[in-house]
Amino acid sequence: MTVHNLYIFDRHGTLLFYHEWLRRKHTSMSKAEEAKLLYGMIFSLKSFVNKLSPTISKEGFLSYKTSNYRLNFYETVSSLKFILNTDNETNQTEIRELLHGIYTQIYVEYAVKSPMVNPGEVITSNLFRNKLNQYVQSSSIFKTH
Amino acid sequence: MGIYHIFIVSKSGGLIFNYDHNIPQLEYEKTYSYPLDIKLRFENNRVTVVFGERDGVCVGHVLLTVNGQPLNYDKLPDGRDVFEFLEERENYPVNLKFGKAKITTNEKIVLASMFYPLYALAVQLSPEQGSSGILELEADTFKLRCSQTLTGIKFIVVSDLKQAGVDQLLDKLYELYADYALKNPFYSLEMPIRADLFDEHLQVAIDQIERTGFI
Repeated sequence: MTVHNLYIFDRHGTLLFYHEWLRRKHTSMSKAEEAKLLYGMIFSLKSFVNKLSPTISKEGFLSYKTSNYRLNFYETVSSLKFILNTDNETNQTEIRELLHGIYTQIYVEYAVKSPMVNPGEVITSNLFRNKLNQYVQSSSIFKTH
Repeated sequence: MGIYHIFIVSKSGGLIFNYDHNIPQLEYEKTYSYPLDIKLRFENNRVTVVFGERDGVCVGHVLLTVNGQPLNYDKLPDGRDVFEFLEERENYPVNLKFGKAKITTNEKIVLASMFYPLYALAVQLSPEQGSSGILELEADTFKLRCSQTLTGIKFIVVSDLKQAGVDQLLDKLYELYADYALKNPFYSLEMPIRADLFDEHLQVAIDQIERTGFI
Protein backbone atom coordinates (compact mmCIF):
# COMPACT_ATOMS: atom_id res chain seq x y z
CA MET A 1 0.00 0.00 0.00
CA THR A 2 2.02 2.95 -1.19
CA VAL A 3 1.49 6.52 -2.15
CA HIS A 4 3.78 7.58 -5.00
CA ASN A 5 3.25 11.28 -5.57
CA LEU A 6 0.80 14.17 -5.36
CA TYR A 7 0.14 17.08 -7.71
CA ILE A 8 -2.07 20.07 -6.95
CA PHE A 9 -3.32 22.20 -9.84
CA ASP A 10 -5.42 25.34 -9.71
CA ARG A 11 -8.30 26.19 -12.07
CA HIS A 12 -5.97 27.67 -14.69
CA GLY A 13 -3.69 24.65 -14.87
CA THR A 14 -0.78 26.06 -12.87
CA LEU A 15 1.03 23.47 -10.81
CA LEU A 16 0.70 24.77 -7.26
CA PHE A 17 2.42 21.93 -5.46
CA TYR A 18 4.21 18.65 -6.10
CA HIS A 19 5.48 16.11 -3.61
CA GLU A 20 6.79 12.61 -4.08
CA TRP A 21 7.17 9.85 -1.58
CA LEU A 22 8.21 6.81 -3.60
CA ARG A 23 8.80 7.22 -7.29
CA ARG A 24 10.94 4.80 -9.22
CA LYS A 25 10.54 6.14 -12.71
CA HIS A 26 10.92 9.75 -13.73
CA THR A 27 10.00 11.17 -17.09
CA SER A 28 12.70 12.61 -19.29
CA MET A 29 11.08 16.05 -19.34
CA SER A 30 11.26 18.95 -16.89
CA LYS A 31 8.86 19.27 -13.97
CA ALA A 32 6.93 22.06 -15.71
CA GLU A 33 6.48 20.07 -18.91
CA GLU A 34 5.40 16.99 -17.04
CA ALA A 35 2.87 19.04 -15.10
CA LYS A 36 1.45 20.51 -18.29
CA LEU A 37 1.21 17.08 -19.87
CA LEU A 38 -0.55 15.68 -16.84
CA TYR A 39 -2.96 18.60 -16.69
CA GLY A 40 -3.73 18.17 -20.38
CA MET A 41 -4.36 14.49 -19.90
CA ILE A 42 -6.70 15.13 -16.97
CA PHE A 43 -8.56 17.79 -18.92
CA SER A 44 -9.05 15.40 -21.85
CA LEU A 45 -10.08 12.58 -19.52
CA LYS A 46 -12.72 14.76 -17.88
CA SER A 47 -14.17 15.74 -21.22
CA PHE A 48 -14.02 12.13 -22.40
CA VAL A 49 -15.92 10.92 -19.33
CA ASN A 50 -18.49 13.68 -19.68
CA LYS A 51 -19.26 12.70 -23.28
CA LEU A 52 -19.35 8.97 -22.65
CA SER A 53 -21.45 8.96 -19.51
CA PRO A 54 -24.97 7.54 -19.98
CA THR A 55 -26.47 10.05 -17.54
CA ILE A 56 -25.45 13.52 -16.41
CA SER A 57 -22.59 12.90 -14.02
CA LYS A 58 -22.08 14.78 -10.79
CA GLU A 59 -18.43 14.05 -10.12
CA GLY A 60 -17.17 12.80 -13.45
CA PHE A 61 -13.77 11.17 -13.75
CA LEU A 62 -12.57 9.61 -10.50
CA SER A 63 -9.59 7.36 -11.15
CA TYR A 64 -7.84 5.10 -13.61
CA LYS A 65 -5.81 1.98 -13.06
CA THR A 66 -2.88 0.52 -14.97
CA SER A 67 -0.92 -2.63 -14.26
CA ASN A 68 1.36 -0.87 -11.75
CA TYR A 69 -0.36 2.17 -10.36
CA ARG A 70 -3.62 3.94 -9.89
CA LEU A 71 -4.18 7.62 -10.53
CA ASN A 72 -6.79 9.16 -8.27
CA PHE A 73 -8.39 12.46 -9.06
CA TYR A 74 -10.23 14.83 -6.76
CA GLU A 75 -11.66 18.14 -7.90
CA THR A 76 -13.17 20.75 -5.62
CA VAL A 77 -16.01 23.08 -6.54
CA SER A 78 -13.45 25.85 -7.09
CA SER A 79 -11.79 23.69 -9.78
CA LEU A 80 -8.78 22.93 -7.64
CA LYS A 81 -7.41 19.55 -8.74
CA PHE A 82 -5.64 16.99 -6.61
CA ILE A 83 -3.94 14.11 -8.40
CA LEU A 84 -2.60 11.27 -6.29
CA ASN A 85 -0.75 8.25 -7.68
CA THR A 86 -0.96 5.16 -5.51
CA ASP A 87 -0.46 1.46 -5.99
CA ASN A 88 -3.27 -0.85 -7.03
CA GLU A 89 -4.06 -2.57 -3.76
CA THR A 90 -5.29 0.46 -1.89
CA ASN A 91 -8.95 0.76 -1.06
CA GLN A 92 -10.74 3.38 -3.15
CA THR A 93 -12.95 4.82 -0.43
CA GLU A 94 -9.93 5.29 1.83
CA ILE A 95 -8.16 7.21 -0.93
CA ARG A 96 -11.14 9.46 -1.52
CA GLU A 97 -11.29 10.19 2.17
CA LEU A 98 -7.57 10.87 2.18
CA LEU A 99 -7.88 13.29 -0.73
CA HIS A 100 -10.85 15.00 0.87
CA GLY A 101 -8.85 15.23 4.10
CA ILE A 102 -5.85 16.69 2.28
CA TYR A 103 -8.10 19.38 0.88
CA THR A 104 -10.04 20.28 4.03
CA GLN A 105 -7.44 19.74 6.72
CA ILE A 106 -4.17 20.57 5.00
CA TYR A 107 -4.83 22.76 1.96
CA VAL A 108 -7.54 24.96 3.48
CA GLU A 109 -5.77 25.23 6.83
CA TYR A 110 -2.18 25.76 5.73
CA ALA A 111 -2.38 27.11 2.19
CA VAL A 112 -5.61 29.09 1.88
CA LYS A 113 -5.44 30.54 5.36
CA SER A 114 -1.77 31.36 5.13
CA PRO A 115 -1.05 35.04 4.30
CA MET A 116 2.24 34.00 2.70
CA VAL A 117 0.60 31.80 0.09
CA ASN A 118 -0.85 33.74 -2.84
CA PRO A 119 -3.47 32.17 -5.10
CA GLY A 120 -2.09 31.17 -8.47
CA GLU A 121 1.47 30.82 -7.18
CA VAL A 122 3.50 27.77 -6.30
CA ILE A 123 3.19 26.86 -2.63
CA THR A 124 6.65 27.07 -1.08
CA SER A 125 5.56 26.98 2.54
CA ASN A 126 7.51 24.42 4.58
CA LEU A 127 4.71 24.21 7.10
CA PHE A 128 2.35 23.06 4.36
CA ARG A 129 4.80 20.44 3.14
CA ASN A 130 5.44 19.12 6.65
CA LYS A 131 1.80 18.98 7.62
CA LEU A 132 0.97 17.23 4.37
CA ASN A 133 3.72 14.68 4.90
CA GLN A 134 2.55 14.07 8.45
CA TYR A 135 -1.06 13.65 7.35
CA VAL A 136 -0.31 11.23 4.53
CA GLN A 137 2.19 9.17 6.51
CA SER A 138 -0.16 8.79 9.43
CA SER A 139 -3.02 7.58 7.24
CA SER A 140 -3.73 3.86 6.97
CA ILE A 141 -2.75 3.83 3.31
CA PHE A 142 0.88 4.72 3.71
CA LYS A 143 3.43 1.99 4.27
CA THR A 144 7.03 2.03 3.18
CA HIS A 145 8.67 -1.09 1.76
CA MET B 1 -27.87 -1.77 -16.13
CA GLY B 2 -25.06 -3.90 -17.48
CA ILE B 3 -23.06 -3.13 -20.54
CA TYR B 4 -23.41 0.29 -22.17
CA HIS B 5 -20.92 0.39 -25.06
CA ILE B 6 -18.33 -1.81 -26.70
CA PHE B 7 -15.58 -0.31 -28.85
CA ILE B 8 -12.74 -1.87 -30.76
CA VAL B 9 -9.87 0.44 -31.62
CA SER B 10 -7.28 -0.56 -34.20
CA LYS B 11 -3.50 -0.35 -33.86
CA SER B 12 -3.43 3.05 -35.57
CA GLY B 13 -6.07 4.52 -33.25
CA GLY B 14 -9.15 4.37 -35.48
CA LEU B 15 -12.48 3.00 -34.36
CA ILE B 16 -13.20 -0.26 -36.18
CA PHE B 17 -16.23 -1.45 -34.28
CA ASN B 18 -18.76 0.02 -31.93
CA TYR B 19 -21.84 -1.43 -30.31
CA ASP B 20 -24.45 0.20 -28.08
CA HIS B 21 -26.33 -1.92 -25.64
CA ASN B 22 -28.92 -0.90 -23.00
CA ILE B 23 -28.11 2.75 -22.49
CA PRO B 24 -30.58 4.12 -19.96
CA GLN B 25 -32.45 6.95 -21.63
CA LEU B 26 -33.61 9.17 -18.85
CA GLU B 27 -36.00 11.77 -20.12
CA TYR B 28 -37.84 14.47 -18.26
CA GLU B 29 -41.11 15.70 -19.70
CA LYS B 30 -43.00 18.56 -18.16
CA THR B 31 -45.48 21.23 -19.08
CA TYR B 32 -44.19 24.74 -18.70
CA SER B 33 -46.01 28.04 -18.52
CA TYR B 34 -44.89 31.48 -19.70
CA PRO B 35 -42.21 32.70 -19.05
CA LEU B 36 -39.85 29.78 -19.30
CA ASP B 37 -37.36 29.91 -16.46
CA ILE B 38 -34.91 27.48 -18.02
CA LYS B 39 -32.25 29.20 -20.08
CA LEU B 40 -31.55 27.47 -23.39
CA ARG B 41 -28.79 28.00 -25.92
CA PHE B 42 -27.92 26.49 -29.29
CA GLU B 43 -24.60 24.73 -28.69
CA ASN B 44 -22.94 21.92 -30.69
CA ASN B 45 -25.91 21.77 -33.06
CA ARG B 46 -28.32 21.10 -30.21
CA VAL B 47 -30.58 23.17 -27.97
CA THR B 48 -28.93 22.79 -24.56
CA VAL B 49 -29.91 23.80 -21.04
CA VAL B 50 -27.34 26.30 -19.74
CA PHE B 51 -29.08 27.58 -16.62
CA GLY B 52 -32.14 26.86 -14.51
CA GLU B 53 -31.75 23.33 -13.16
CA ARG B 54 -34.93 21.99 -11.57
CA ASP B 55 -37.07 18.85 -11.38
CA GLY B 56 -34.40 16.57 -12.76
CA VAL B 57 -33.51 18.77 -15.72
CA CYS B 58 -29.80 19.53 -15.38
CA VAL B 59 -27.31 21.76 -17.13
CA GLY B 60 -26.10 19.79 -20.12
CA HIS B 61 -29.45 18.26 -20.93
CA VAL B 62 -30.77 18.75 -24.42
CA LEU B 63 -34.29 19.69 -25.57
CA LEU B 64 -35.62 16.57 -27.27
CA THR B 65 -39.26 17.28 -28.12
CA VAL B 66 -41.64 20.24 -28.04
CA ASN B 67 -45.30 19.27 -27.60
CA GLY B 68 -44.41 15.73 -28.64
CA GLN B 69 -42.69 16.78 -31.87
CA PRO B 70 -38.95 16.00 -32.11
CA LEU B 71 -36.65 18.91 -32.94
CA ASN B 72 -34.61 19.25 -36.08
CA TYR B 73 -31.43 20.94 -34.67
CA ASP B 74 -33.03 24.21 -33.55
CA LYS B 75 -36.17 24.11 -35.66
CA LEU B 76 -39.54 22.54 -35.10
CA PRO B 77 -40.77 20.05 -37.75
CA ASP B 78 -42.89 22.79 -39.36
CA GLY B 79 -39.80 24.97 -39.84
CA ARG B 80 -40.30 27.53 -37.07
CA ASP B 81 -37.33 28.46 -34.90
CA VAL B 82 -37.71 26.98 -31.42
CA PHE B 83 -36.33 30.03 -29.63
CA GLU B 84 -38.88 32.29 -31.30
CA PHE B 85 -41.57 29.75 -30.52
CA LEU B 86 -40.68 29.79 -26.84
CA GLU B 87 -40.63 33.60 -26.72
CA GLU B 88 -44.32 33.96 -27.58
CA ARG B 89 -46.84 33.87 -24.78
CA GLU B 90 -49.65 32.38 -26.87
CA ASN B 91 -47.72 29.14 -27.45
CA TYR B 92 -47.87 28.31 -23.74
CA PRO B 93 -48.53 26.06 -21.86
CA VAL B 94 -45.95 23.99 -23.71
CA ASN B 95 -44.83 20.42 -23.11
CA LEU B 96 -41.04 20.07 -23.23
CA LYS B 97 -38.97 16.91 -22.97
CA PHE B 98 -35.33 17.08 -21.88
CA GLY B 99 -32.72 14.36 -21.78
CA LYS B 100 -29.06 13.64 -22.26
CA ALA B 101 -28.06 13.98 -25.91
CA LYS B 102 -27.50 10.67 -27.62
CA ILE B 103 -23.90 10.20 -28.65
CA THR B 104 -23.47 10.22 -32.44
CA THR B 105 -21.19 7.95 -34.46
CA ASN B 106 -18.86 10.84 -35.26
CA GLU B 107 -18.48 11.58 -31.58
CA LYS B 108 -17.72 7.93 -30.92
CA ILE B 109 -14.97 7.97 -33.53
CA VAL B 110 -13.51 11.09 -31.91
CA LEU B 111 -13.72 9.56 -28.44
CA ALA B 112 -12.05 6.33 -29.50
CA SER B 113 -9.23 8.28 -31.13
CA MET B 114 -8.97 10.43 -27.99
CA PHE B 115 -8.63 7.35 -25.80
CA TYR B 116 -5.66 6.08 -27.76
CA PRO B 117 -3.15 8.83 -26.73
CA LEU B 118 -4.57 8.93 -23.20
CA TYR B 119 -3.73 5.26 -22.91
CA ALA B 120 -0.16 5.98 -24.01
CA LEU B 121 0.21 8.95 -21.67
CA ALA B 122 -0.64 6.75 -18.70
CA VAL B 123 2.48 4.74 -19.50
CA GLN B 124 4.63 7.83 -19.85
CA LEU B 125 3.50 9.52 -16.66
CA SER B 126 3.82 6.40 -14.58
CA PRO B 127 5.71 6.69 -11.28
CA GLU B 128 6.64 2.98 -11.51
CA GLN B 129 8.70 1.06 -14.00
CA GLY B 130 7.07 -1.05 -16.66
CA SER B 131 3.52 0.17 -16.43
CA SER B 132 0.89 -0.74 -18.99
CA GLY B 133 -1.68 1.73 -20.30
CA ILE B 134 -5.10 2.42 -18.78
CA LEU B 135 -6.74 -0.87 -17.82
CA GLU B 136 -9.71 0.50 -15.95
CA LEU B 137 -11.17 3.97 -15.83
CA GLU B 138 -13.70 4.78 -13.18
CA ALA B 139 -16.22 7.60 -13.16
CA ASP B 140 -19.21 8.09 -10.91
CA THR B 141 -21.76 6.73 -13.42
CA PHE B 142 -19.81 4.10 -15.39
CA LYS B 143 -16.64 2.05 -15.53
CA LEU B 144 -14.54 1.61 -18.63
CA ARG B 145 -12.30 -1.42 -19.03
CA CYS B 146 -9.71 -1.80 -21.76
CA SER B 147 -7.66 -4.73 -22.84
CA GLN B 148 -4.83 -4.34 -25.33
CA THR B 149 -3.64 -7.32 -27.35
CA LEU B 150 -0.03 -7.96 -28.33
CA THR B 151 -0.79 -6.57 -31.78
CA GLY B 152 -2.05 -3.25 -30.44
CA ILE B 153 -5.81 -3.73 -30.84
CA LYS B 154 -7.77 -2.32 -27.90
CA PHE B 155 -11.07 -3.79 -26.75
CA ILE B 156 -13.00 -1.28 -24.68
CA VAL B 157 -16.12 -2.10 -22.68
CA VAL B 158 -18.12 0.65 -20.97
CA SER B 159 -20.33 -0.84 -18.28
CA ASP B 160 -22.12 0.17 -15.16
CA LEU B 161 -20.22 0.20 -11.89
CA LYS B 162 -21.58 -3.06 -10.51
CA GLN B 163 -21.23 -5.21 -13.61
CA ALA B 164 -19.13 -8.31 -12.94
CA GLY B 165 -17.17 -10.48 -15.33
CA VAL B 166 -16.15 -7.77 -17.78
CA ASP B 167 -12.60 -9.13 -17.94
CA GLN B 168 -13.99 -12.40 -19.23
CA LEU B 169 -16.10 -10.48 -21.72
CA LEU B 170 -12.97 -8.72 -23.00
CA ASP B 171 -11.25 -12.08 -23.50
CA LYS B 172 -14.33 -13.43 -25.22
CA LEU B 173 -14.38 -10.38 -27.49
CA TYR B 174 -10.80 -11.06 -28.55
CA GLU B 175 -11.76 -14.66 -29.29
CA LEU B 176 -14.75 -13.57 -31.38
CA TYR B 177 -12.62 -10.99 -33.20
CA ALA B 178 -10.08 -13.69 -34.07
CA ASP B 179 -12.79 -16.13 -35.19
CA TYR B 180 -15.25 -13.97 -37.09
CA ALA B 181 -13.29 -10.92 -38.22
CA LEU B 182 -9.72 -12.07 -38.79
CA LYS B 183 -10.60 -15.44 -40.26
CA ASN B 184 -13.07 -13.81 -42.62
CA PRO B 185 -11.35 -13.79 -46.05
CA PHE B 186 -13.11 -10.58 -47.04
CA TYR B 187 -11.94 -8.64 -44.02
CA SER B 188 -8.91 -6.35 -44.30
CA LEU B 189 -6.96 -5.34 -41.22
CA GLU B 190 -7.63 -1.98 -39.56
CA MET B 191 -10.90 -1.65 -41.48
CA PRO B 192 -14.33 -1.42 -39.84
CA ILE B 193 -15.69 -4.85 -38.94
CA ARG B 194 -18.83 -5.80 -40.83
CA ALA B 195 -19.54 -9.43 -40.10
CA ASP B 196 -22.98 -10.74 -39.15
CA LEU B 197 -21.58 -13.73 -37.30
CA PHE B 198 -19.44 -11.42 -35.17
CA ASP B 199 -22.49 -9.33 -34.23
CA GLU B 200 -24.60 -12.40 -33.45
CA HIS B 201 -22.04 -14.06 -31.22
CA LEU B 202 -21.29 -10.74 -29.52
CA GLN B 203 -24.97 -10.34 -28.71
CA VAL B 204 -25.06 -13.85 -27.19
CA ALA B 205 -21.96 -13.15 -25.09
CA ILE B 206 -23.35 -9.87 -23.77
CA ASP B 207 -26.71 -11.40 -22.89
CA GLN B 208 -24.96 -14.20 -21.07
CA ILE B 209 -22.81 -11.86 -19.06
CA GLU B 210 -25.69 -9.59 -18.13
CA ARG B 211 -27.84 -12.47 -17.00
CA THR B 212 -25.31 -14.57 -15.16
CA GLY B 213 -22.28 -12.33 -14.59
CA PHE B 214 -19.81 -14.75 -16.15
CA ILE B 215 -19.17 -16.49 -19.44
